[in-house]
Amino acid sequence: MDLLLAANEISIRGQLGTIGYGLAAIGPGIGVGLVFAAYIQASARQPESAGFNRTWLIFGFAVVEALALFGLVLAFALT
Amino acid sequence: MSVRPAFLAEEGFPPGVKDFDFTSLIPSLRGSESGLAFTKITFMVWLAVAVIILFFLVTYRSPKLVPTKGQWLAESVYGFVRDGVAKEVIGREGIRFAPYLTSVFLFILVMNSFAIIPFFQISPNSHIAYPIILALISYFLFIAVGVRKQGFVRYFRVNLFMPGIPWPLYFLITPIEFISTFLTRPVTLAVRLFANMFAGHLMLLVFTLGGVVMLESANFFIKGLSVASFAMAIIMTFFEFMVIVLQAYVFAMLTASYIEGALAEQH
Repeated sequence: MDLLLAANEISIRGQLGTIGYGLAAIGPGIGVGLVFAAYIQASARQPESAGFNRTWLIFGFAVVEALALFGLVLAFALT
Repeated sequence: MSVRPAFLAEEGFPPGVKDFDFTSLIPSLRGSESGLAFTKITFMVWLAVAVIILFFLVTYRSPKLVPTKGQWLAESVYGFVRDGVAKEVIGREGIRFAPYLTSVFLFILVMNSFAIIPFFQISPNSHIAYPIILALISYFLFIAVGVRKQGFVRYFRVNLFMPGIPWPLYFLITPIEFISTFLTRPVTLAVRLFANMFAGHLMLLVFTLGGVVMLESANFFIKGLSVASFAMAIIMTFFEFMVIVLQAYVFAMLTASYIEGALAEQH
């Protein structure tokens, strides 16, 4: 019982926004990985399409990345 | 808060939002509202505009058939955006947007470059005001292009009420389309640019200030390890260079793709 009480008194301080950013980065992390994996696979199978695909690689990367950046901004904005 | 050595606070170690505030360059206006009109940040914006205008004026003062070095540089920047962004994303129709795309690309590129140029070391784009204005210009541009091309009613009908789907689906599709086309687009354009420059500056601060703090540590090993922190700051500067170019390109390309969407007849 005493042990439980002692455990209850432990408090963690800091910014919850940091954890939020970590959570927000999971999805875009996977997404950016998929985007680049698909690009590498596509240009390995068809090297002459690499230049054409690069435009859409950057496009997909930028769109996917946006969510992680929202997390970053909100981590600072909501403290 | 846990116990922190006093020197941590002295160096301003955990870098935060406060590191992005600058006082007025005019000493007498310091602290007042109007003093914020001329800070290091606004100075850099004016400088960026001046550099770009002067660059094109000087290199194109007397254009020759066989270009000089400067003219070649100006032409290849314009050619890159015209062929690589405008033509590739929008198609032949996109060439008339190439001047706008080139200006926005170069402006963002120069503004971002201040992040790694010594003695500036911060990009004006890490203040969200500048990306917001840039994003709003692109936002109104692509709406204006769509309205002019298809007419006011038709443009919004095509975008919000996609033809060819059963009508009950409009309850689902229309809000999604509205949010994704007219709300998320400008917000992500602005936030992407802002957050990249903000995070980049913060990252450089973490490694540089962290190195200084480690150097002042009493522990010999921590002192030695500060070299790693400074090395990381240098590596991050190169990484930052990549981000700078990429973000300028991404902004121009997304603008082009939004214009392409507005010009398309179908959804």
